[in-house]
Amino acid sequence: MQFPILSIIVFTPIIAGMLILLMPGERKNEIRLMALAASLIALVLSIWVYFTYDVGAGGYQFVERAEWLPALGISYIVGVDGVNAPLVLLTGIVMFTGVLISWGLDDRPREFFGFLFILATGVFGVFVAQDLFMLIFFYEIAVFPMFLLIAIWGWKVTREYAAMKLTLYLFIGSVIALVGALAMYYNSPVQTFDMFQLSQAGFSTQFQRLWFPFVFFGFAVLGGIFPFHNWSPDGHVAAPTAVSMFHAGVLMKLGAFAALRVGIMLLPEGAEYWRWLILILALVNVVYGAFIAMVQTDFKYVIGFSSVSHMGLVMLGFATLSPEGLTGAGLQMFSHGVMTALFFAVVGMVYDRAHTREINELGGFSKKMPLVAIAFIVGGLVSMGMPGLSGFIAEFPIFMGVWKTEPIIAIIAAISIVVTASYIIRIIGKVFFGKMPEEFEHHIGDVTVLDKVALVLLSAVMITIGIYPAVMVPLVDSGVQQVLRLFGGG
Amino acid sequence: MSTMILAILPEILLLVLAVMVLLLDAVWKREQRRRIGWITAAGLVIIAVVSIFAARPGAESELLWGGMIRHDWLSFIFKMLFLFAGAATVLLAMDVQNLGERGEFYVLMLASIIGMNFMASATNLIMLYLAIETTSIPLYILAGFMTRDEKSTESGFKYLLFGALSSTVMLYGFSLLFGFTGTTDLAQLASVVTAGEVPLGALIGSLGLIMVGFAFKISAFPFHFWAPDVYEGAPTPVAGFLSTASKAAGFAVLVRFFMTTFPGDDIMPFWVGIITVISVLTMTFGNAVALAQKNIKRMLAYSSIAHAGYALIGVVAFSEFGLGSVVYYLFAYVLTNLAAFGVVVIYWRIVCSDDISSYAGLSRRSPGLALAMLVAFLSLAGMPPLGGFVAKVFVFAAAVQSNLIWLAFVGVLNSIVGLYYYLTVLKVVYLYRSEDENKPLPVTRSQTIALAVLCAGIIVVGTVFGPWFGLSSAAASAIFHF
Repeated sequence: MQFPILSIIVFTPIIAGMLILLMPGERKNEIRLMALAASLIALVLSIWVYFTYDVGAGGYQFVERAEWLPALGISYIVGVDGVNAPLVLLTGIVMFTGVLISWGLDDRPREFFGFLFILATGVFGVFVAQDLFMLIFFYEIAVFPMFLLIAIWGWKVTREYAAMKLTLYLFIGSVIALVGALAMYYNSPVQTFDMFQLSQAGFSTQFQRLWFPFVFFGFAVLGGIFPFHNWSPDGHVAAPTAVSMFHAGVLMKLGAFAALRVGIMLLPEGAEYWRWLILILALVNVVYGAFIAMVQTDFKYVIGFSSVSHMGLVMLGFATLSPEGLTGAGLQMFSHGVMTALFFAVVGMVYDRAHTREINELGGFSKKMPLVAIAFIVGGLVSMGMPGLSGFIAEFPIFMGVWKTEPIIAIIAAISIVVTASYIIRIIGKVFFGKMPEEFEHHIGDVTVLDKVALVLLSAVMITIGIYPAVMVPLVDSGVQQVLRLFGGG
Repeated sequence: MSTMILAILPEILLLVLAVMVLLLDAVWKREQRRRIGWITAAGLVIIAVVSIFAARPGAESELLWGGMIRHDWLSFIFKMLFLFAGAATVLLAMDVQNLGERGEFYVLMLASIIGMNFMASATNLIMLYLAIETTSIPLYILAGFMTRDEKSTESGFKYLLFGALSSTVMLYGFSLLFGFTGTTDLAQLASVVTAGEVPLGALIGSLGLIMVGFAFKISAFPFHFWAPDVYEGAPTPVAGFLSTASKAAGFAVLVRFFMTTFPGDDIMPFWVGIITVISVLTMTFGNAVALAQKNIKRMLAYSSIAHAGYALIGVVAFSEFGLGSVVYYLFAYVLTNLAAFGVVVIYWRIVCSDDISSYAGLSRRSPGLALAMLVAFLSLAGMPPLGGFVAKVFVFAAAVQSNLIWLAFVGVLNSIVGLYYYLTVLKVVYLYRSEDENKPLPVTRSQTIALAVLCAGIIVVGTVFGPWFGLSSAAASAIFHF
């Protein structure tokens, strides 16, 4: 019996969350320390898993199995491969930095961290789940705390509307995927939810083509695929900083990952049949998202729509079903997760001080908070896909993959790079440089040390991967080979 | 002989307990009578434990007392469920003014639990009817228990009138069935029906009439309309009991009556068809109307109507797994709805209002109670890791297994509507503020115990499926392989 490291990663947050919920509400500092300790444990363990994963051996590692309900073929199976190991690490990073950034939160921190950690368990659970029932179980655990987190601590103007919209969208997606999962269960020769066995089930072509859209799009709603992306900018903008980071940074990957793991990997023939549709919708995401981001005047909406655009690249990479495209998509999930977490952290820091997010009313922040400006510029360069940073490592292969399959789509998608550059440079120019309005001159100070730690950590990750891609590329590549084997290639 | 006693051991013990409560009520002074609540709750738990050890049914189900009752896992599991629901209700009710200090409340509860136990085990139309009436009559009184309160009186009277009407119609159906087949025994009925000697039209007609009575008990469309009015007026613990135990008893009767007596290929499609239509309309209507409610008891009433619709999906699937999923659904639902009503009882005792808007500030005023409400409402909405999620997955799975994918879709779309109004309430609890949020909100010890057990139960049913699934499968196999 090996050390159940993945289970510890999955359950540490929820146990900590429950303990936090049982603590007396006034002891805010103890609550924060508890949260920090739990997120640190999860981060350290996820780093450990990431670096001890044996790339040479490949396949699923750290596998744990336990019976859950044998009568129905439901089991508890966890494992990591090259695709989900980076995502586990991403969750650890975002969770840790999210706690750092929310240190100053003063309205009911007990409930805040309690719900946030229940959410985190859901996220970890989905990433490592190798049982379909378990995946959906944790997926829905990840959906509902979001409602409260946004509705209670969110931006007062839109929080109720945005929280409800987001929750309903995601719930609709997940229950539709659930019906698809049940259909798979009853159509496989062995009635099981074990995804290793389901991938051997040999579903008929007709079955795969019928059910693929339900499963794929059910999950892809959370990935923000057009035309189901509408919840995402509203949700991100309304959410409090740490929740926006979690949401855009991790939860959208949850949707994309589940769409890949369940939709594409279990119903490969369906994926081949429907890929043209995904290609087109993802293209709309990429280009339309970028253009909408460009015309926004609210700082946070810009980032919200840029997430839609960048997640489109992930979907585009999936739809190529080629080694380059999928590897790029896997890297992009990680890279965008870190980048967007950083963006939202910065937006939160600016908003907390200026109490406005209108780009035209802001200016000159680099003087007051130089480190924040540097971090944002790093993130911005990642977003534009500059070589030497993680964005390039991720996006370049995606474009290569798309070029190989559909050159036209690659050309159209490339427009987004220019548009992205335009809105990122506009923000950098307006918000961080330019002239600082009079009213901000006096009362705006620098960010706290904890904020700086978080920003440095996030930037360092992006730079490391950009300079030294070997830390992640071979790993993701090994995971992708496994996916491609299902398509007879590899 | 001994098996005959054992088969009705819980009911005998319940009767003993009821007599004891009556005596204590006569002996004790008014201030002491609240303690009867502890005795009743403890008694119910002891009866359940004793029955589990001494009176468990064997692998073979037995027909006893001249074919009147069947001692099998289906009846046994439901009996335990009623005892549990009764104990939880008593604990929640004992500190409610004008309810908990009156001994007759406990006696009536016990009497109605005896009736429910027989509902779960009856295998003869006469016995069935008697059991249903034994259950209902105490409940009519309980609904109108607050005689000084106009709404409660109205509620009791409404329940009585509608209940009497529907059970008359059902009795008419029973008598027609007896007229056509010449027997009141369910097993003999089944063989007469299978032999095909009875005209199909006559059978369907009588089944339709009988369905009226059953639909009333489980508050299914179109015989649901009593539920919101009665729940709103009845003392809240009683409303909680009506919406859980009484509904579960209705389901026990429904599945036994239809599944053991009319499984034949010629008649089955008709009643399954009727129940399919009822199921779809019940959940859709319940959810749609719940959206508009301003009073939490009325909202829970419509939500419990919708839940009857979900559970009926498992009946419509007409398979062993389907029936098992219904039983599992009822486990989760009884726990969850009792917890939801429990919160309402506790809150009403202090605040004296059932308006959803009066729940503003609850999470600041009493974080623990707010958390219990969160657990209960999210379980109603079907969110993991709570009981409601697995229960819903099982009934939807049963539908998919029986190739009723469209019905599973109707179910999941409905659960989205459900999520909306449950979240609306939680929003009021967690987000809105009120001027009273710094006032204390005392919760009595009995209520704390009940609520803690219920919430723990919701989580256990939602995470450790094995034992509960084993029990519900045992109940299902009692019907399908007897």
